[in-house]
Amino acid sequence: MNLTSDFESGRLTLYFSGELDHHQARDLMRQINDVLDELLPRECVVDLSSLRFMDSSGIAVIVRLSQRMKELGGRLWLEKPLGQPKRVIETAGIDRLAPVAITR
Amino acid sequence: MKAQNYIRLEFPSQSSNESFARASAAAFAAQLDPTLEELGDIKTAVSEAVTNCTVHAYPDCLGKIGMKLRILEGGVLEIGVRDWGKGIEDVEKARQPLFTTGGEERSGMGFTIMESFMDSLRVRSKPGKGTVVTMTRRIRGKSALR
Repeated sequence: MNLTSDFESGRLTLYFSGELDHHQARDLMRQINDVLDELLPRECVVDLSSLRFMDSSGIAVIVRLSQRMKELGGRLWLEKPLGQPKRVIETAGIDRLAPVAITR
Repeated sequence: MKAQNYIRLEFPSQSSNESFARASAAAFAAQLDPTLEELGDIKTAVSEAVTNCTVHAYPDCLGKIGMKLRILEGGVLEIGVRDWGKGIEDVEKARQPLFTTGGEERSGMGFTIMESFMDSLRVRSKPGKGTVVTMTRRIRGKSALR
């Protein structure tokens, strides 16, 4: 699991790549919280196009991230989930768990 | 039902073994010539079951996890994941969507995802003794796409 980010005009883009499971989830959330605390973005986009695998731990990361963005008065998008991560997101019904928009 | 092939693995409940477990399950299932989607479903279900052992069965210590995979007649893959940990007080409640006793890195969707991605899911648990999760999935394989 690898996390990279871009920040421009109040918009933070987080790029998830590799495999996201419980083993990486806690460390990933800590890294994301550090970035959010430093940049205080108004919008956050999570680019999932290079994520090969995620389980329900990834759902927890997205739900916590959406809660943090709500606290910041911002919004969250998930961009380009593909294959297995897309199936997990759809099965979990992420839109019922958090105010998240998904772009294809 | 008689197994046509099987493997049995045992490993400690270190979270780094979650990826090992799902990769091993995918490698064993490859002989059924599964589609990419079927392989993804198998890996997901195994990841959820093994993570449950790591997080819930042995919350304060390392313990033993057993995984058994069997290929049954008709291209059915059976996955068994067991632990000898603290067990589940109320299995029905644990299987409800969003129910979790885990930390903030858990979503309470593990059993829901296992149920959705597999054809069957059985959970047997005794508090203080451990839990056995048994799942089956018929692999239609790439030939079904042709």
